[in-house]
Amino acid sequence: MTYEELLTQTALSDERFIVMTAENRALVRNIPAKLGSRFIDTGITEQTMIGAAAGLALRGRIPVVHALASFLTMRAFEFVRTDAGIPNLPVKLSSFIPGFLSDGNGPTHQAVEDISLMRGIPNMTVFAPADEQDLVEMLPQIWNCASPSYVRINTRKTDHQHSPFEWGKAEVIAKGEDVTILTYGLLFEQALIAVEILRSEGLSVGLVNMRSLKPVDEAAILAATQGSNLTVTLEDHFLTGGLYSIVAEVLLKNQVTAKVLPMALHEKWFKPSLLPNVLQHEGFTGKQIAENILGYNTRSIQPEIAVPQFSE
Amino acid sequence: MQSVITPTTQLEATALKVREHIIKMSTDGGCFVGASLSAADLIVYLYSEFLNINKYNLSSPERDYLFLSKGHDVPALYGTFAELGLLDPERLKNHLSLDDHIYWHPNTKIPGIEFHSGSLGHLPSVAIGVAMDIKIRGGNNKVICIIGDGELNEGTCWEAALVANAYKLDNLIFVIDRNQFQANMATEDLIPLEPLHDKFTAFGAAVKRINGHSFEALHEAFSSYPFETGKLNVVIADTVRGKGLPSIERRADRWFCNFTAAEVEDLLKELHGEQVTQLTSETLVVR
Repeated sequence: MTYEELLTQTALSDERFIVMTAENRALVRNIPAKLGSRFIDTGITEQTMIGAAAGLALRGRIPVVHALASFLTMRAFEFVRTDAGIPNLPVKLSSFIPGFLSDGNGPTHQAVEDISLMRGIPNMTVFAPADEQDLVEMLPQIWNCASPSYVRINTRKTDHQHSPFEWGKAEVIAKGEDVTILTYGLLFEQALIAVEILRSEGLSVGLVNMRSLKPVDEAAILAATQGSNLTVTLEDHFLTGGLYSIVAEVLLKNQVTAKVLPMALHEKWFKPSLLPNVLQHEGFTGKQIAENILGYNTRSIQPEIAVPQFSE
Repeated sequence: MQSVITPTTQLEATALKVREHIIKMSTDGGCFVGASLSAADLIVYLYSEFLNINKYNLSSPERDYLFLSKGHDVPALYGTFAELGLLDPERLKNHLSLDDHIYWHPNTKIPGIEFHSGSLGHLPSVAIGVAMDIKIRGGNNKVICIIGDGELNEGTCWEAALVANAYKLDNLIFVIDRNQFQANMATEDLIPLEPLHDKFTAFGAAVKRINGHSFEALHEAFSSYPFETGKLNVVIADTVRGKGLPSIERRADRWFCNFTAAEVEDLLKELHGEQVTQLTSETLVVR
């Protein structure tokens, strides 16, 4: 099932749902004809859209709102925080082309601080699915929770069959004694490749798909850091405020230490190009991730990376 | 009507070259070709005739300023830079390459770009700051901000009009590329803007509405700058999204285009008046 199919089905079967967009229709192309007046396009007005979503929520609606990640989280930030966060209204944010998925658009469109910003809002919940199946797996619970939520939309396909989504739980793909990779979102597909390469080099490798960044699965983080010699946090996000920060907070809270290698964007935006080039240039292909962990080059082959279906 | 300094035929020839550049950039990842084609003539006019901007004065505080707030029409700007000697035309082949800085939105690593854009509704405010400083220092620089009509959805554009009026910024010109479309659909079918002339007039601006593809009309309008002492200048340039390519003109589904190499060849011929291209590449309308 696709994102759009799930949203259509959910909204058609539950009158509370309103689908909104700030003229970002890529994910909701066919919904206007099906939902009629319960589809609202406010034009290129992210702030007004969020305020209006809060108004709709006041009347008992569940607005699922769409915009490019950068504008949804940053242009409208104070509206999200003040109009959805303070009153704890169930405004559901679907953020399009987050992280590396903005490929050739440039820094204006790069949401690489969205996790940090959104998790800093009291009442807000934050999710980052590994692929479309993972996304569709988690959305029903997200859309039915009483709080505002933020989802990094990721409609890419991987071969991985995900387990059912459990609220607040990470998906532990594998446990490993040498290295455990903690990741979320788009980079899950590269992490799968990295794990294969690391195993072929003889390492015992774990992999955790975080899924939910807030609430975060503290037990999974503690198990990984305590059960592996090295923990890698892998994310298409600034180093500040994302998974590396979350892991640090969890370790400090529990008064434990661990060896952690962060792979994230360090104080810079990424070089704009098509996604496969971006991953290569920034060092985030599966092969590069594995070699960064190993500290040496291998003869492994990096599989081809699919160019995103949508550009902007 | 005042005479055009450069013969219109020469401006038209430059604009045709710029359109060729735009079309050539619309493959191997694509670009926002429709919006670039609508803005091409006014960008060519402004750099060729109106603005004191050239490759020798790009750092001079005496230069004029052009802020491209639309942003996604940057292929038209790069094409103009290439034709006017501000940018090596060979570099346009580096579109989306890791080896250059030419991608879907403007950035200041390209000399002549005053400010990055891509997030709509930012540069009217930045232009106000520059225009304010010129007023404070007593300069004669002109400041232009090109704004998309869809971009006018963003509230900051109207905040900027209020502030420009309050500070009597008659050295500032908002040029609206009125191509009648936002990403997915006609502006009037989604968030109607008309009567646009009256809206800006009500905000205190001096407004001219012209054919944005006519060099005579552009020259007539800009020759009367500043339009009225103490008032923000607004030029509403009526344009056609996709101008020059009948196969995509005014088509809502041809906004961001990633054409095949063969289509690019056909579109270049179409630009020169040959038959309309039968496009087979997937339509991409995804904002």
